[in-house]
Amino acid sequence: MELRGRAHKFGDDVNTDYIISGKYKFKTLDMKELAKHVMEDLDPEFAKRVQPGDFVVAGHNFGCGSSREQAPLALLNAGVSAVLASSFARIFYRNAINTGLAVVECDTSGIESGDELLVDLEKGVLRNLTREKEIAIKPLPSFMLKVLADGGLVAHFRKYGTFNLD
Amino acid sequence: MGKTIAEKILSKKSGQDAYANDLVVATVDFRMGQDGTSPLAIRSFEDMGGERVSNPETSAFVIDHSAPSPLEGVSALHKLMREFARKNKMLLYDVGEGVCHQLMPEKGHVGPGSLVIGADSHTCTYGALNAFATGVGSTDLAAALISGKMWFKVPETIKFICHGRLPFGVYSKDLILYLIGQVTSDGATYKAAEYTGEAIQALSVDARFTISNMAIEMGAKAGLMEADEKVWEWVRRHGNGNFEQVTSDPDARYAQVLEYDVSSLEPQVAKPHRVDNVSPVGEVAGTPIQQAVLGTCTNGRLEDLRIAASILKGRKVHPEVRFIVAPASRRVFLEAMEEGIIQELVRAGAAVVTPGCGPCVGTHNGIPSDGENVISTANRNFKGRMANNKAFIYLASPATVAASALTGVISDPREFLPKEVS
Repeated sequence: MELRGRAHKFGDDVNTDYIISGKYKFKTLDMKELAKHVMEDLDPEFAKRVQPGDFVVAGHNFGCGSSREQAPLALLNAGVSAVLASSFARIFYRNAINTGLAVVECDTSGIESGDELLVDLEKGVLRNLTREKEIAIKPLPSFMLKVLADGGLVAHFRKYGTFNLD
Repeated sequence: MGKTIAEKILSKKSGQDAYANDLVVATVDFRMGQDGTSPLAIRSFEDMGGERVSNPETSAFVIDHSAPSPLEGVSALHKLMREFARKNKMLLYDVGEGVCHQLMPEKGHVGPGSLVIGADSHTCTYGALNAFATGVGSTDLAAALISGKMWFKVPETIKFICHGRLPFGVYSKDLILYLIGQVTSDGATYKAAEYTGEAIQALSVDARFTISNMAIEMGAKAGLMEADEKVWEWVRRHGNGNFEQVTSDPDARYAQVLEYDVSSLEPQVAKPHRVDNVSPVGEVAGTPIQQAVLGTCTNGRLEDLRIAASILKGRKVHPEVRFIVAPASRRVFLEAMEEGIIQELVRAGAAVVTPGCGPCVGTHNGIPSDGENVISTANRNFKGRMANNKAFIYLASPATVAASALTGVISDPREFLPKEVS
């Protein structure tokens, strides 16, 4: 699974209320509508600026706070293809895998907004094309890679009817 | 090698001899979703090709986050939940029943040794009853409704040993805020927490829920405690008590063991906009507030309302403060009325709202205005949490919230509490 896109850099502890505020998410199941407000409290222009395939890049504890799956879904529907962070909060991490949003744990200190990045999840390689640097990434367990390759847990269940860890 | 509580419960429920970092698929004893997460779970359930809920008698939806509905869009989602629950013969707790994390234990659905998932991050609350209970997403919930199972990475555990006894005017809320301040908001990410020691044992079960509830605010997957006689008495009072407790082995391996002496702890406040931005109340005393909130899954229980009423009895809330009270459940509401607590709070100036989550999550029932300060017994103070990113939220115990509502500024509750009965 190879992904290529531009980086949008955020700080540490980006919580799910910042990704998509509760005042929007309780009202609708229309993820395109939610995507218009993604990251709004941190960067009101982000939803307009983000391009299909782009990456959100952040520091530690990305996605902390509530269990809302609307957080990865709003990012996906805004066009974001992967989140790269030095660490993730666990429920967001689960939700991202389950919804088919790639999550990459790595040292993000050498990445700036606008950098062009290339990530290969199977090979475990991240390249910063702008700065011509390779960054080591923490490999995903094979079960999670499998769910992600299936396109998320919904597609995984459609395929197997249950959890298939083998 | 010995096992932690988390390793034991996940081993038992998966049928594997599991240790930290193993990936297991385990049978879940109870599944729960609320109105912010269940509609999406229903969609995932259908997209997955789900035909029926595998264990409807141990699966519940709770309408608590926007209850009663403030908007048409929300009403449609509530209707979707009611129809799905009815069709699948699931349990449904509708508007006015209370907050999901009060209802699951109160209705006897969880107890010692249970494995529970909830599509809400504060599902870790039931750890106070010795249950491995953890928050998941909507698609996870859908998968569990179809298969009865869930995948888990077995977490490592951090053990918090709390020595001593909390002093007068200092509560379990102050203790957990202090601990979060110490380890920070991601200090326990991917890990389970076990809370133990004589300070924990001395607490009531109501007070223990507050601690387990906020385990997620240090990043933890579960906030576990041992089941002692108090827990068993509580569980039997709220259900059939048909559970099997789990204890950690003396030679269990912990990621960390942290020890604290709590006997000189002061009331604590988490300042905007982070739960781990914690200081003793003295540092922020005098900060004006415009709204005070008593309630939520953290501190809306009978004991919490009783503490607030002991401060406000015969007094009046400051004229420039809106004091909003949301009992955690209908049962709590009724018990508080029987004790005369609600009457005292209302006479003091409280606006009592339907048992539910509204004010905490910014769906309705008290959205602050720009530049306003709120003191709340809730568990999160993120920017925008209460639906206004220009408001400032302080988190504290019911006593500190009541004292602040009285004075109009953040106040140390110890000077307002009736003298300790020894």
